[in-house]
Amino acid sequence: MGMTISQKILAAHANRDFIEAGELINCKLDVVLGNDVTAPVAIAEFHKLGLRKVFDQDSIVLVPDHFTPNKDIKSAEQCKIVREFAKEYSIKNYFEIGQMGIEHCLLPEKGLVGPGDLIIGADSHTCTYGALGAFATGVGSTDMAAAMATGEAWFKVPESIKFIYNGKTPRWVGGKDFILHAIGDIGVDGARYMSMEFTGEAISSLSIDNRFSMANMAIEAGAKNGIIGADEITMDYIKGRVKRPYKVYQSDPDAVYVRTIEYDVAAMEPVVAFPHLPENTRPVSQATDVSIDQVVIGSCTNGRIEDLEVAASILKGHKVHSEIRVIILPGTQAIYLEAMRRGFVETFIEAGAIVSTPTCGPCLGGHMGILAKGEKALATTNRNFVGRMGHPESEVYLCNPAVAAASAIKGKITPPWEV
Amino acid sequence: MKFIGKVYKFGNNIDTDAIIPARYLNTFDPQELARHCMEDADADFPNKVKPGDMIVAEKNFGCGSSREHAPIAIIGAGVSCVIAHSFARIFYRNAINTGLPILESPEAAHAINEGDEVEVELETGKIRNLRTGEIYQAAPFPDFMQGIIAKGGLINYVKDKEQ
Repeated sequence: MGMTISQKILAAHANRDFIEAGELINCKLDVVLGNDVTAPVAIAEFHKLGLRKVFDQDSIVLVPDHFTPNKDIKSAEQCKIVREFAKEYSIKNYFEIGQMGIEHCLLPEKGLVGPGDLIIGADSHTCTYGALGAFATGVGSTDMAAAMATGEAWFKVPESIKFIYNGKTPRWVGGKDFILHAIGDIGVDGARYMSMEFTGEAISSLSIDNRFSMANMAIEAGAKNGIIGADEITMDYIKGRVKRPYKVYQSDPDAVYVRTIEYDVAAMEPVVAFPHLPENTRPVSQATDVSIDQVVIGSCTNGRIEDLEVAASILKGHKVHSEIRVIILPGTQAIYLEAMRRGFVETFIEAGAIVSTPTCGPCLGGHMGILAKGEKALATTNRNFVGRMGHPESEVYLCNPAVAAASAIKGKITPPWEV
Repeated sequence: MKFIGKVYKFGNNIDTDAIIPARYLNTFDPQELARHCMEDADADFPNKVKPGDMIVAEKNFGCGSSREHAPIAIIGAGVSCVIAHSFARIFYRNAINTGLPILESPEAAHAINEGDEVEVELETGKIRNLRTGEIYQAAPFPDFMQGIIAKGGLINYVKDKEQ
């Protein structure tokens, strides 16, 4: 019996030749991640252990990105806890304002995660790094604390669902639509505790930024991780970035999957997820009667350069609708700079959008674009739960950057081909 | 350990934003978080919940964010345990790590109603509805997790191991 990529990575980190779904194993970790919301809790727990040092000061990554630049005094205090901990324990990969970005855009960009790695992060979207062929999963702060001490974590080896995306990808359709389509299909608990493995012709030709968007939202189907086998596109991306040794794994032909699901992407349209669950999906052409108050383009799901490029290509020469606020958040400083060099920032500002410094901000209703009662936002973010972007009686609709940009111009949800 | 408490009943996919909205995550003080526990699912919950009360929910309780503030808020509110048809993966881990008792039982989750008084025996996983007299059996925890629970959470477990 063979193993999946996910099982092979877990086995390698447990120093085992073979493992099966359902086993409880202890694994060595390559990277342990936390942010300004989760790390303060982890640091408080870590201090209870009374240790003088962390397991490895180079393998811990701390990114204050949620409520930064500090939105209020309490957030400032939380960031201070993280900053002082990083200093005291000589954590190399602490990213201060000016260097930081949205963690799941930043870590791959800095080459801190690579194929075959085992990564835990006290942030549910840690699964993003599966796009590079790594096993990456979100945990809570106490798991992060224990991992900072020991460099290890326990795992239940997950079962896997294989998603095969066949066919040629239509214009305006991307990784965000592939993953929303799957979530709409299997539901928000359809892959609970499992690995989602993405393969097929449409994945082989999918750009790395689109792959990040896909793996990022595996958690929205309840999955432990999402993963795409590393290939030439992965290698092109990590070249010059990842300085550590890495290892490329592929699933065995006789690996066991609890389900295999095939889609023909040629027939797909951009997808919109209606409130209040990411599984409430509709093709964009069946979502056009929704007027919106705000558009958000950014986040760990869609805040990368290619996302901004798509948005700029649509917004260029247009004005955003007079009754809509459009907020664009490049994922990192490097992405921001690149967007400036390529003229995207100018396009956005001329269109009447605002461009923010990198932050998770509005995605989780933190700051930089909170919704009032009854308001509706269309966002390239990842969750549309009740109150996610502000007032409990506001609404969030999820989509890709092309739909967001087109809708920003028209003032209601609009297919990109209508602009 | 035995608990008796009044039940507050919730539906499917109660996410961590409903358990503790992100707008309150600029603190991790249990009492402060407790003041907003479940407020986007039931705005009055923080006012009416009494120490020892229980949360019973349907499928996928705790889905979404990894915030440990969710079990911390529930513990802070004095909730004795959470019974659900199923739990989202990270919440399940966080509950065990922080010492919030959780029990998985689809039968109990469906049959128990808001306002019922329920008795839970944690060691055996027995759940008794004191209104109807019905008894349900929750799925047992694997031995390894029982070890963490017995130590009172992951940090104590690691502490013992390190020494």
